[in-house]
Amino acid sequence: MARNRHDGRRGGTDLSGRLVAREATAAARVPEYVTRAPTGLYVGLNPTTKFVIALVEAAFAFLVRGWTGPLLVLAIVLATAVATHVTRRMIPYVLATLPLVVSIMLVNTFFYPGAHDPIGSIGPFTATWTGLVAALQATLRVVAFALSVAVFSLTTATDDLLSDLERRGLGRRGEFVIGAAVRTVPRMIERAGEIVDAQRARGLDTQGGPIRRIRGLLPLTGPMISSALGEVEERTLALEARAFTAPGRRTEIRRLPDTGAQRLLRWGSVLAVAAVVGATIAGVISLP
Amino acid sequence: MPIQLAIVSYRYPGTPRPVLVNMDLAIAAGEVVGVAGANESGKSTLCLVASGLAPGVVGGRLEGSVSIDGATTASLKPFELAQRCGILFQNSATQLSGTTRSVWEEIAFGPRNLGLAVGEVVERVEHALASLAIQALAERDPQRLSGGQAQLVALAAVLALRPPYLVLDEPTSQLDPQGTRLVGDALAALAAERGTGILLVEHKTDLLARLAGRVIVLDAGTVALEGAVADVLSDAALHALGVEPPSAVVLQRAVADAGLTLDAGALAAAVGAVGAGADVRVDR
Repeated sequence: MARNRHDGRRGGTDLSGRLVAREATAAARVPEYVTRAPTGLYVGLNPTTKFVIALVEAAFAFLVRGWTGPLLVLAIVLATAVATHVTRRMIPYVLATLPLVVSIMLVNTFFYPGAHDPIGSIGPFTATWTGLVAALQATLRVVAFALSVAVFSLTTATDDLLSDLERRGLGRRGEFVIGAAVRTVPRMIERAGEIVDAQRARGLDTQGGPIRRIRGLLPLTGPMISSALGEVEERTLALEARAFTAPGRRTEIRRLPDTGAQRLLRWGSVLAVAAVVGATIAGVISLP
Repeated sequence: MPIQLAIVSYRYPGTPRPVLVNMDLAIAAGEVVGVAGANESGKSTLCLVASGLAPGVVGGRLEGSVSIDGATTASLKPFELAQRCGILFQNSATQLSGTTRSVWEEIAFGPRNLGLAVGEVVERVEHALASLAIQALAERDPQRLSGGQAQLVALAAVLALRPPYLVLDEPTSQLDPQGTRLVGDALAALAAERGTGILLVEHKTDLLARLAGRVIVLDAGTVALEGAVADVLSDAALHALGVEPPSAVVLQRAVADAGLTLDAGALAAAVGAVGAGADVRVDR
Protein backbone atom coordinates (compact mmCIF):
# COMPACT_ATOMS: atom_id res chain seq x y z
CA MET A 1 0.00 0.00 0.00
CA ALA A 2 1.51 3.30 -1.04
CA ARG A 3 2.26 5.57 1.88
CA ASN A 4 2.24 9.31 1.86
CA ARG A 5 5.62 10.58 0.77
CA HIS A 6 5.43 13.29 3.40
CA ASP A 7 5.15 10.98 6.39
CA GLY A 8 8.66 11.62 7.58
CA ARG A 9 8.60 15.28 6.80
CA ARG A 10 8.99 17.82 9.55
CA GLY A 11 6.12 20.28 9.75
CA GLY A 12 6.37 23.56 7.89
CA THR A 13 8.58 22.47 5.01
CA ASP A 14 7.63 23.45 1.49
CA LEU A 15 5.66 20.78 -0.32
CA SER A 16 6.19 22.14 -3.80
CA GLY A 17 9.93 21.73 -3.48
CA ARG A 18 9.61 18.11 -2.41
CA LEU A 19 6.92 16.68 -4.59
CA VAL A 20 8.15 14.39 -7.30
CA ALA A 21 6.61 14.82 -10.72
CA ARG A 22 4.18 11.94 -10.29
CA GLU A 23 2.88 13.30 -7.03
CA ALA A 24 2.61 16.77 -8.51
CA THR A 25 0.53 15.35 -11.35
CA ALA A 26 -1.66 13.49 -8.89
CA ALA A 27 -2.06 16.59 -6.74
CA ALA A 28 -3.17 18.46 -9.84
CA ARG A 29 -6.03 15.97 -10.20
CA VAL A 30 -7.49 17.03 -6.86
CA PRO A 31 -10.53 19.13 -7.85
CA GLU A 32 -10.24 22.88 -7.79
CA TYR A 33 -13.12 23.20 -5.30
CA VAL A 34 -10.96 21.25 -2.85
CA THR A 35 -7.66 22.99 -3.44
CA ARG A 36 -8.87 26.53 -4.06
CA ALA A 37 -7.14 29.14 -1.97
CA PRO A 38 -8.76 32.38 -0.87
CA THR A 39 -7.79 35.41 -2.93
CA GLY A 40 -7.82 39.15 -2.50
CA LEU A 41 -6.21 41.78 -0.35
CA TYR A 42 -5.54 40.43 3.16
CA VAL A 43 -8.07 37.63 2.61
CA GLY A 44 -5.50 35.89 0.40
CA LEU A 45 -2.88 35.83 3.13
CA ASN A 46 -1.99 32.47 4.61
CA PRO A 47 -4.46 31.69 7.47
CA THR A 48 -1.64 31.33 9.95
CA THR A 49 -0.37 34.79 9.00
CA LYS A 50 -3.81 36.25 9.69
CA PHE A 51 -4.01 34.27 12.91
CA VAL A 52 -0.66 35.63 14.08
CA ILE A 53 -1.66 39.16 13.10
CA ALA A 54 -4.85 38.84 15.19
CA LEU A 55 -2.86 37.56 18.17
CA VAL A 56 -0.27 40.32 17.79
CA GLU A 57 -3.00 42.96 17.59
CA ALA A 58 -4.65 41.60 20.73
CA ALA A 59 -1.35 41.50 22.56
CA PHE A 60 -0.49 45.05 21.48
CA ALA A 61 -3.90 46.38 22.52
CA PHE A 62 -3.72 44.83 25.97
CA LEU A 63 -0.03 44.99 26.83
CA VAL A 64 0.92 48.47 25.62
CA ARG A 65 -0.44 50.73 28.31
CA GLY A 66 -2.15 54.09 27.82
CA TRP A 67 -4.00 55.13 24.66
CA THR A 68 -1.40 54.14 22.09
CA GLY A 69 -1.93 50.36 22.19
CA PRO A 70 -5.71 50.17 21.73
CA LEU A 71 -5.99 53.18 19.41
CA LEU A 72 -3.23 51.98 17.09
CA VAL A 73 -4.78 48.51 16.93
CA LEU A 74 -8.24 49.96 16.31
CA ALA A 75 -6.88 52.03 13.45
CA ILE A 76 -5.17 49.02 11.87
CA VAL A 77 -8.19 46.76 12.34
CA LEU A 78 -10.62 49.30 10.92
CA ALA A 79 -8.38 49.96 7.94
CA THR A 80 -8.19 46.21 7.31
CA ALA A 81 -11.95 45.88 7.67
CA VAL A 82 -12.58 48.66 5.15
CA ALA A 83 -10.08 47.16 2.71
CA THR A 84 -11.66 43.72 2.97
CA HIS A 85 -15.27 44.98 2.92
CA VAL A 86 -16.26 43.30 6.19
CA THR A 87 -17.08 46.45 8.15
CA ARG A 88 -20.85 45.87 8.31
CA ARG A 89 -20.43 42.23 9.27
CA MET A 90 -18.37 43.29 12.29
CA ILE A 91 -21.40 44.85 13.97
CA PRO A 92 -22.46 41.63 15.80
CA TYR A 93 -18.96 41.34 17.23
CA VAL A 94 -19.18 44.89 18.57
CA LEU A 95 -22.64 44.21 19.99
CA ALA A 96 -21.30 41.08 21.69
CA THR A 97 -18.91 43.24 23.71
CA LEU A 98 -21.72 45.48 25.00
CA PRO A 99 -22.39 43.69 28.32
CA LEU A 100 -18.70 43.66 29.11
CA VAL A 101 -18.22 47.29 28.02
CA VAL A 102 -21.16 48.47 30.15
CA SER A 103 -19.82 46.71 33.22
CA ILE A 104 -16.29 48.02 32.60
CA MET A 105 -17.59 51.57 32.24
CA LEU A 106 -19.74 51.44 35.37
CA VAL A 107 -17.26 49.69 37.64
CA ASN A 108 -14.26 51.81 36.64
CA THR A 109 -16.06 55.13 36.49
CA PHE A 110 -17.76 54.75 39.87
CA PHE A 111 -15.51 52.43 41.83
CA TYR A 112 -11.96 53.12 40.64
CA PRO A 113 -9.77 52.53 43.69
CA GLY A 114 -7.95 55.57 45.06
CA ALA A 115 -9.52 58.07 42.62
CA HIS A 116 -10.36 61.45 44.16
CA ASP A 117 -11.25 63.66 41.16
CA PRO A 118 -15.03 63.57 41.07
CA ILE A 119 -17.08 64.34 37.98
CA GLY A 120 -20.41 64.10 39.77
CA SER A 121 -22.56 61.81 41.87
CA ILE A 122 -25.59 59.62 41.31
CA GLY A 123 -27.05 58.90 44.74
CA PRO A 124 -24.28 57.42 46.87
CA PHE A 125 -22.05 56.68 43.87
CA THR A 126 -19.41 59.15 42.66
CA ALA A 127 -17.92 59.08 39.19
CA THR A 128 -14.28 60.07 38.87
CA TRP A 129 -12.16 61.39 36.00
CA THR A 130 -9.45 58.83 36.71
CA GLY A 131 -11.99 56.06 36.66
CA LEU A 132 -13.55 57.33 33.43
CA VAL A 133 -10.17 57.44 31.66
CA ALA A 134 -9.38 53.91 32.84
CA ALA A 135 -12.83 52.75 31.73
CA LEU A 136 -12.42 54.26 28.25
CA GLN A 137 -8.97 52.72 27.82
CA ALA A 138 -10.21 49.32 28.95
CA THR A 139 -13.22 49.61 26.65
CA LEU A 140 -10.99 50.47 23.71
CA ARG A 141 -8.85 47.41 24.47
CA VAL A 142 -11.87 45.13 24.57
CA VAL A 143 -13.32 46.56 21.36
CA ALA A 144 -9.94 46.43 19.62
CA PHE A 145 -9.59 42.79 20.63
CA ALA A 146 -13.13 41.93 19.50
CA LEU A 147 -12.61 43.64 16.16
CA SER A 148 -9.29 41.95 15.55
CA VAL A 149 -11.04 38.61 16.16
CA ALA A 150 -13.86 39.75 13.88
CA VAL A 151 -11.56 40.68 11.01
CA PHE A 152 -9.72 37.40 11.36
CA SER A 153 -12.82 35.21 11.46
CA LEU A 154 -14.59 37.13 8.69
CA THR A 155 -11.64 36.83 6.34
CA THR A 156 -10.59 33.27 7.16
CA ALA A 157 -12.52 30.04 6.61
CA THR A 158 -12.23 27.62 9.51
CA ASP A 159 -11.27 24.83 7.11
CA ASP A 160 -8.44 26.93 5.72
CA LEU A 161 -7.01 27.63 9.15
CA LEU A 162 -7.31 24.00 10.23
CA SER A 163 -5.74 22.69 7.03
CA ASP A 164 -2.81 25.02 7.52
CA LEU A 165 -2.42 24.33 11.22
CA GLU A 166 -2.58 20.58 10.61
CA ARG A 167 0.24 20.89 8.12
CA ARG A 168 2.20 22.79 10.74
CA GLY A 169 1.77 19.99 13.25
CA LEU A 170 -1.59 20.54 14.94
CA GLY A 171 -2.40 16.85 14.49
CA ARG A 172 -5.52 15.15 13.20
CA ARG A 173 -7.16 15.02 16.62
CA GLY A 174 -6.73 18.73 17.20
CA GLU A 175 -8.04 19.49 13.74
CA PHE A 176 -11.02 17.19 14.20
CA VAL A 177 -11.98 18.52 17.61
CA ILE A 178 -11.91 22.14 16.48
CA GLY A 179 -13.50 21.45 13.10
CA ALA A 180 -16.26 19.27 14.52
CA ALA A 181 -17.02 21.79 17.25
CA VAL A 182 -17.25 24.67 14.79
CA ARG A 183 -19.46 22.73 12.41
CA THR A 184 -21.59 21.23 15.17
CA VAL A 185 -22.88 24.57 16.43
CA PRO A 186 -24.98 25.40 13.36
CA ARG A 187 -26.16 21.78 13.21
CA MET A 188 -27.25 21.94 16.85
CA ILE A 189 -29.14 25.15 16.17
CA GLU A 190 -30.87 23.49 13.22
CA ARG A 191 -31.71 20.47 15.33
CA ALA A 192 -33.11 22.68 18.07
CA GLY A 193 -35.40 24.21 15.47
CA GLU A 194 -36.47 20.77 14.28
CA ILE A 195 -37.22 19.63 17.83
CA VAL A 196 -39.13 22.83 18.56
CA ASP A 197 -41.21 22.27 15.42
CA ALA A 198 -41.82 18.65 16.37
CA GLN A 199 -42.87 19.60 19.90
CA ARG A 200 -45.08 22.41 18.60
CA ALA A 201 -46.79 19.90 16.33
CA ARG A 202 -47.56 17.95 19.50
CA GLY A 203 -49.08 20.98 21.17
CA LEU A 204 -46.14 22.40 23.15
CA ASP A 205 -46.35 26.18 23.43
CA THR A 206 -42.94 27.71 22.69
CA GLN A 207 -44.15 31.20 21.78
CA GLY A 208 -45.23 34.20 23.82
CA GLY A 209 -43.40 36.11 26.55
CA PRO A 210 -39.85 35.29 27.71
CA ILE A 211 -40.92 33.26 30.76
CA ARG A 212 -43.47 31.32 28.75
CA ARG A 213 -40.83 30.62 26.10
CA ILE A 214 -38.30 29.43 28.65
CA ARG A 215 -40.91 27.21 30.26
CA GLY A 216 -41.78 25.81 26.85
CA LEU A 217 -38.19 25.22 25.84
CA LEU A 218 -37.06 23.49 29.04
CA PRO A 219 -38.51 20.10 28.03
CA LEU A 220 -36.50 20.30 24.80
CA THR A 221 -33.14 20.22 26.52
CA GLY A 222 -33.52 16.51 27.33
CA PRO A 223 -33.96 15.33 23.73
CA MET A 224 -31.26 17.76 22.57
CA ILE A 225 -28.66 16.51 25.03
CA SER A 226 -29.51 12.82 24.70
CA SER A 227 -29.43 12.92 20.90
CA ALA A 228 -26.15 14.84 20.96
CA LEU A 229 -24.59 12.27 23.30
CA GLY A 230 -25.90 9.41 21.18
CA GLU A 231 -24.35 11.01 18.13
CA VAL A 232 -21.00 11.35 19.84
CA GLU A 233 -20.91 7.60 20.49
CA GLU A 234 -21.90 6.79 16.91
CA ARG A 235 -19.39 9.25 15.51
CA THR A 236 -16.64 7.72 17.61
CA LEU A 237 -17.41 4.32 16.14
CA ALA A 238 -17.56 5.77 12.65
CA LEU A 239 -14.21 7.50 13.07
CA GLU A 240 -12.58 4.28 14.23
CA ALA A 241 -14.12 2.51 11.24
CA ARG A 242 -12.51 5.10 8.98
CA ALA A 243 -8.99 4.58 10.29
CA PHE A 244 -8.92 7.89 12.13
CA THR A 245 -6.45 6.54 14.68
CA ALA A 246 -3.97 5.28 12.08
CA PRO A 247 -0.41 6.34 12.89
CA GLY A 248 1.56 8.82 10.82
CA ARG A 249 0.56 11.99 9.06
CA ARG A 250 -2.61 12.27 7.04
CA THR A 251 -2.30 12.77 3.32
CA GLU A 252 -2.10 16.43 2.45
CA ILE A 253 -4.36 17.26 -0.47
CA ARG A 254 -4.52 20.98 -0.05
CA ARG A 255 -1.80 23.48 0.61
CA LEU A 256 -2.53 27.12 1.12
CA PRO A 257 0.03 29.50 -0.31
CA ASP A 258 2.67 30.89 1.98
CA THR A 259 5.60 33.12 1.10
CA GLY A 260 8.88 34.22 2.57
CA ALA A 261 7.46 37.72 2.96
CA GLN A 262 4.61 36.35 5.07
CA ARG A 263 6.98 34.36 7.24
CA LEU A 264 8.98 37.55 7.71
CA LEU A 265 5.79 39.44 8.54
CA ARG A 266 4.79 36.85 11.15
CA TRP A 267 8.10 36.73 12.92
CA GLY A 268 8.69 40.45 12.48
CA SER A 269 5.35 41.43 14.00
CA VAL A 270 5.79 39.08 16.96
CA LEU A 271 9.29 40.39 17.65
CA ALA A 272 8.22 44.02 17.17
CA VAL A 273 5.35 43.72 19.63
CA ALA A 274 7.58 41.91 22.13
CA ALA A 275 10.16 44.68 21.80
CA VAL A 276 7.65 47.54 22.20
CA VAL A 277 5.94 45.88 25.16
CA GLY A 278 9.29 45.13 26.78
CA ALA A 279 10.53 48.67 26.18
CA THR A 280 7.41 50.30 27.62
CA ILE A 281 7.44 48.03 30.67
CA ALA A 282 11.14 48.72 31.21
CA GLY A 283 10.54 52.44 30.79
CA VAL A 284 12.91 52.73 27.83
CA ILE A 285 10.19 54.39 25.78
CA SER A 286 7.16 56.27 27.01
CA LEU A 287 3.96 56.17 25.02
CA PRO A 288 0.90 58.33 25.65
CA MET B 1 -9.28 -16.83 5.00
CA PRO B 2 -12.79 -15.54 5.66
CA ILE B 3 -14.42 -13.54 8.38
CA GLN B 4 -15.09 -16.27 10.88
CA LEU B 5 -17.35 -16.13 13.92
CA ALA B 6 -16.97 -19.25 16.04
CA ILE B 7 -19.54 -19.90 18.78
CA VAL B 8 -19.83 -16.18 19.44
CA SER B 9 -21.94 -14.75 22.20
CA TYR B 10 -21.86 -11.04 22.93
CA ARG B 11 -23.42 -8.71 25.42
CA TYR B 12 -23.16 -4.94 25.65
CA PRO B 13 -21.50 -3.33 28.66
CA GLY B 14 -23.79 -3.04 31.64
CA THR B 15 -26.36 -5.50 30.33
CA PRO B 16 -26.86 -9.00 31.70
CA ARG B 17 -28.43 -10.58 28.63
CA PRO B 18 -26.38 -11.50 25.55
CA VAL B 19 -27.58 -9.99 22.29
CA LEU B 20 -25.89 -12.66 20.19
CA VAL B 21 -25.91 -16.28 21.32
CA ASN B 22 -23.65 -19.07 20.03
CA MET B 23 -23.34 -17.56 16.58
CA ASP B 24 -21.37 -19.45 13.93
CA LEU B 25 -20.81 -17.66 10.67
CA ALA B 26 -18.23 -17.48 7.89
CA ILE B 27 -18.01 -15.00 5.04
CA ALA B 28 -15.59 -15.99 2.31
CA ALA B 29 -13.88 -13.72 -0.20
CA GLY B 30 -16.26 -12.79 -2.99
CA GLU B 31 -19.26 -14.13 -1.11
CA VAL B 32 -22.35 -12.10 -0.22
CA VAL B 33 -24.09 -13.33 2.91
CA GLY B 34 -27.48 -11.78 3.57
CA VAL B 35 -28.85 -11.18 7.04
CA ALA B 36 -32.51 -10.61 7.76
CA GLY B 37 -34.58 -10.53 10.91
CA ALA B 38 -37.06 -8.51 12.88
CA ASN B 39 -36.10 -5.42 14.88
CA GLU B 40 -34.04 -6.23 17.98
CA SER B 41 -33.05 -9.60 16.55
CA GLY B 42 -29.33 -8.73 16.78
CA LYS B 43 -28.54 -7.71 13.20
CA SER B 44 -26.74 -4.44 14.01
CA THR B 45 -24.89 -6.09 16.87
CA LEU B 46 -23.78 -8.82 14.50
CA CYS B 47 -22.37 -6.08 12.25
CA LEU B 48 -20.41 -4.54 15.11
CA VAL B 49 -19.06 -7.90 16.23
CA ALA B 50 -18.17 -9.11 12.73
CA SER B 51 -16.31 -5.87 11.99
CA GLY B 52 -14.41 -6.06 15.28
CA LEU B 53 -15.79 -2.79 16.66
CA ALA B 54 -17.53 -4.79 19.39
CA PRO B 55 -16.11 -5.36 21.86
CA GLY B 56 -12.92 -3.59 20.68
CA VAL B 57 -14.34 -0.06 20.62
CA VAL B 58 -17.87 -0.53 21.95
CA GLY B 59 -16.87 -2.56 24.99
CA GLY B 60 -18.93 -5.41 26.37
CA ARG B 61 -18.11 -9.07 26.66
CA LEU B 62 -17.47 -11.48 23.83
CA GLU B 63 -17.30 -15.24 24.15
CA GLY B 64 -16.02 -17.37 21.31
CA SER B 65 -13.77 -15.88 18.66
CA VAL B 66 -14.02 -13.55 15.69
CA SER B 67 -11.25 -13.50 13.13
CA ILE B 68 -10.64 -11.68 9.88
CA ASP B 69 -8.17 -13.22 7.48
CA GLY B 70 -6.85 -15.41 10.26
CA ALA B 71 -6.22 -12.64 12.79
CA THR B 72 -8.54 -12.38 15.75
CA THR B 73 -10.28 -9.01 15.92
CA ALA B 74 -9.10 -8.67 19.52
CA SER B 75 -5.50 -8.61 18.29
CA LEU B 76 -6.10 -5.84 15.77
CA LYS B 77 -6.16 -2.10 16.39
CA PRO B 78 -9.18 -0.16 15.09
CA PHE B 79 -7.28 1.33 12.15
CA GLU B 80 -6.04 -2.15 11.20
CA LEU B 81 -9.59 -3.46 11.40
CA ALA B 82 -10.74 -0.59 9.19
CA GLN B 83 -8.40 -1.76 6.45
CA ARG B 84 -9.63 -5.34 6.67
CA CYS B 85 -13.33 -4.85 7.17
CA GLY B 86 -15.31 -1.75 6.28
CA ILE B 87 -18.58 -1.11 8.05
CA LEU B 88 -21.55 1.01 7.08
CA PHE B 89 -23.85 1.93 9.95
CA GLN B 90 -27.59 2.34 9.83
CA ASN B 91 -27.42 6.05 10.53
CA SER B 92 -25.42 7.51 7.67
CA ALA B 93 -25.59 11.04 9.09
CA THR B 94 -23.28 10.14 11.96
CA GLN B 95 -21.03 8.09 9.71
CA LEU B 96 -19.91 11.26 7.99
CA SER B 97 -17.06 13.06 9.69
CA GLY B 98 -18.81 16.42 9.94
CA THR B 99 -15.54 18.22 9.32
CA THR B 100 -15.32 18.38 5.56
CA ARG B 101 -16.83 20.96 3.24
CA SER B 102 -17.31 18.78 0.16
CA VAL B 103 -18.39 15.23 -0.54
CA TRP B 104 -15.10 14.69 -2.34
CA GLU B 105 -13.17 15.48 0.82
CA GLU B 106 -15.57 13.38 2.89
CA ILE B 107 -14.86 10.32 0.77
CA ALA B 108 -11.14 11.11 0.90
CA PHE B 109 -11.27 11.23 4.71
CA GLY B 110 -10.50 7.52 5.23
CA PRO B 111 -7.77 7.15 2.60
CA ARG B 112 -6.15 10.34 3.91
CA ASN B 113 -6.17 8.91 7.42
CA LEU B 114 -4.13 6.00 6.06
CA GLY B 115 -1.57 8.45 4.69
CA LEU B 116 -1.88 7.14 1.14
CA ALA B 117 -0.16 8.93 -1.71
CA VAL B 118 -2.18 11.79 -3.19
CA GLY B 119 -2.59 9.96 -6.48
CA GLU B 120 -4.05 6.94 -4.77
CA VAL B 121 -6.41 9.07 -2.71
CA VAL B 122 -7.64 10.77 -5.88
CA GLU B 123 -8.06 7.47 -7.71
CA ARG B 124 -9.98 5.91 -4.83
CA VAL B 125 -12.29 8.86 -4.42
CA GLU B 126 -13.03 9.07 -8.14
CA HIS B 127 -13.66 5.33 -8.32
CA ALA B 128 -15.95 5.35 -5.28
CA LEU B 129 -17.93 8.28 -6.70
CA ALA B 130 -18.24 6.57 -10.05
CA SER B 131 -19.21 3.17 -8.65
CA LEU B 132 -22.28 4.71 -7.00
CA ALA B 133 -22.85 7.26 -9.79
CA ILE B 134 -22.68 10.19 -7.39
CA GLN B 135 -20.09 12.32 -9.17
CA ALA B 136 -22.67 15.11 -9.28
CA LEU B 137 -22.58 15.28 -5.48
CA ALA B 138 -18.81 15.63 -5.27
CA GLU B 139 -18.81 19.39 -4.71
CA ARG B 140 -21.78 19.44 -2.33
CA ASP B 141 -21.58 20.12 1.41
CA PRO B 142 -21.99 16.73 3.14
CA GLN B 143 -24.10 18.39 5.82
CA ARG B 144 -26.64 19.48 3.23
CA LEU B 145 -27.48 16.15 1.65
CA SER B 146 -30.77 14.31 1.71
CA GLY B 147 -30.95 11.08 3.72
CA GLY B 148 -30.54 8.93 0.62
CA GLN B 149 -27.66 10.99 -0.71
CA ALA B 150 -25.91 10.87 2.66
CA GLN B 151 -26.31 7.09 2.67
CA LEU B 152 -24.68 6.83 -0.76
CA VAL B 153 -21.86 9.13 0.30
CA ALA B 154 -21.30 7.15 3.50
CA LEU B 155 -21.13 3.95 1.46
CA ALA B 156 -18.74 5.55 -1.01
CA ALA B 157 -16.55 6.59 1.92
CA VAL B 158 -16.42 2.97 3.09
CA LEU B 159 -15.67 1.71 -0.42
CA ALA B 160 -12.79 4.19 -0.72
CA LEU B 161 -10.99 2.35 2.09
CA ARG B 162 -11.06 -0.76 -0.14
CA PRO B 163 -11.25 -3.33 2.60
CA PRO B 164 -11.42 -6.99 1.51
CA TYR B 165 -14.60 -7.40 3.57
CA LEU B 166 -17.64 -5.20 3.99
CA VAL B 167 -20.29 -5.24 6.68
CA LEU B 168 -23.30 -3.21 5.61
CA ASP B 169 -26.14 -2.47 8.00
CA GLU B 170 -29.16 -1.65 5.85
CA PRO B 171 -27.24 0.27 3.18
CA THR B 172 -30.38 1.06 1.19
CA SER B 173 -32.80 1.92 3.97
CA GLN B 174 -33.18 5.53 2.80
CA LEU B 175 -32.83 4.92 -0.92
CA ASP B 176 -35.43 4.97 -3.66
CA PRO B 177 -35.68 2.00 -6.05
CA GLN B 178 -33.13 3.50 -8.44
CA GLY B 179 -30.66 4.14 -5.63
CA THR B 180 -31.22 0.63 -4.34
CA ARG B 181 -30.47 -0.80 -7.77
CA LEU B 182 -27.32 1.31 -7.97
CA VAL B 183 -26.08 0.05 -4.64
CA GLY B 184 -26.97 -3.50 -5.67
CA ASP B 185 -24.97 -3.15 -8.87
CA ALA B 186 -21.99 -1.70 -7.02
CA LEU B 187 -21.99 -4.46 -4.41
CA ALA B 188 -22.39 -7.19 -7.02
CA ALA B 189 -19.44 -5.76 -8.92
CA LEU B 190 -17.33 -5.56 -5.76
CA ALA B 191 -17.99 -9.19 -4.92
CA ALA B 192 -17.49 -10.45 -8.46
CA GLU B 193 -14.59 -8.28 -9.62
CA ARG B 194 -12.66 -7.48 -6.46
CA GLY B 195 -13.57 -10.60 -4.51
CA THR B 196 -14.93 -8.53 -1.65
CA GLY B 197 -16.72 -10.60 1.00
CA ILE B 198 -19.93 -8.85 2.05
CA LEU B 199 -22.19 -9.27 5.06
CA LEU B 200 -25.37 -7.51 4.00
CA VAL B 201 -28.09 -6.73 6.55
CA GLU B 202 -31.28 -5.85 4.70
CA HIS B 203 -35.01 -5.71 5.20
CA LYS B 204 -35.41 -5.53 1.42
CA THR B 205 -35.44 -9.23 0.67
CA ASP B 206 -35.67 -8.55 -3.05
CA LEU B 207 -32.18 -7.09 -2.83
CA LEU B 208 -30.96 -10.04 -0.77
CA ALA B 209 -32.47 -12.39 -3.32
CA ARG B 210 -30.58 -10.62 -6.03
CA LEU B 211 -27.19 -10.34 -4.34
CA ALA B 212 -26.73 -12.97 -1.67
CA GLY B 213 -25.60 -16.53 -2.11
CA ARG B 214 -26.53 -17.45 1.42
CA VAL B 215 -28.96 -15.88 3.85
CA ILE B 216 -29.31 -16.16 7.59
CA VAL B 217 -32.36 -15.03 9.51
CA LEU B 218 -31.82 -13.94 13.09
CA ASP B 219 -34.27 -14.27 15.92
CA ALA B 220 -33.44 -13.11 19.44
CA GLY B 221 -29.71 -13.22 18.76
CA THR B 222 -29.63 -16.72 17.32
CA VAL B 223 -29.67 -18.07 13.79
CA ALA B 224 -33.24 -19.17 13.13
CA LEU B 225 -32.82 -19.98 9.44
CA GLU B 226 -29.71 -20.42 7.33
CA GLY B 227 -29.08 -21.70 3.86
CA ALA B 228 -29.14 -20.95 0.16
CA VAL B 229 -30.94 -17.75 -0.69
CA ALA B 230 -33.77 -19.45 -2.63
CA ASP B 231 -34.45 -21.88 0.19
CA VAL B 232 -34.40 -19.41 3.07
CA LEU B 233 -36.35 -16.66 1.37
CA SER B 234 -39.11 -19.06 0.36
CA ASP B 235 -39.27 -20.71 3.78
CA ALA B 236 -42.76 -20.74 5.25
CA ALA B 237 -41.40 -19.64 8.64
CA LEU B 238 -39.99 -16.39 7.25
CA HIS B 239 -43.06 -14.28 7.90
CA ALA B 240 -43.30 -15.44 11.51
CA LEU B 241 -39.70 -14.28 11.99
CA GLY B 242 -40.64 -10.75 11.01
CA VAL B 243 -39.24 -10.92 7.47
CA GLU B 244 -41.25 -10.18 4.37
CA PRO B 245 -40.52 -12.67 1.58
CA PRO B 246 -39.27 -11.33 -1.75
CA SER B 247 -41.85 -10.33 -4.31
CA ALA B 248 -41.26 -13.46 -6.42
CA VAL B 249 -42.20 -15.66 -3.47
CA VAL B 250 -45.22 -13.51 -2.71
CA LEU B 251 -46.22 -13.84 -6.35
CA GLN B 252 -45.77 -17.59 -6.27
CA ARG B 253 -48.00 -17.87 -3.22
CA ALA B 254 -50.61 -15.61 -4.73
CA VAL B 255 -50.61 -17.69 -7.89
CA ALA B 256 -50.89 -20.89 -5.87
CA ASP B 257 -53.74 -19.45 -3.82
CA ALA B 258 -55.51 -18.72 -7.08
CA GLY B 259 -55.16 -22.36 -8.08
CA LEU B 260 -52.54 -21.70 -10.72
CA THR B 261 -49.01 -23.13 -11.05
CA LEU B 262 -45.70 -21.49 -11.82
CA ASP B 263 -42.85 -23.01 -13.74
CA ALA B 264 -40.44 -24.20 -11.02
CA GLY B 265 -37.29 -23.38 -12.96
CA ALA B 266 -38.45 -19.89 -13.77
CA LEU B 267 -39.41 -19.35 -10.15
CA ALA B 268 -35.99 -20.41 -8.89
CA ALA B 269 -34.42 -18.02 -11.36
CA ALA B 270 -36.78 -15.28 -10.28
CA VAL B 271 -36.02 -15.76 -6.58
CA GLY B 272 -32.34 -15.53 -7.40
CA ALA B 273 -32.72 -12.60 -9.70
CA VAL B 274 -35.56 -10.48 -8.44
CA GLY B 275 -35.14 -6.93 -9.53
CA ALA B 276 -33.54 -8.01 -12.77
CA GLY B 277 -36.98 -8.58 -14.25
CA ALA B 278 -36.85 -12.37 -14.62
CA ASP B 279 -39.61 -13.92 -16.69
CA VAL B 280 -41.92 -16.28 -14.86
CA ARG B 281 -44.23 -18.48 -16.87
CA VAL B 282 -47.68 -19.12 -15.44
CA ASP B 283 -49.47 -22.33 -16.42
CA ARG B 284 -53.21 -22.49 -16.08
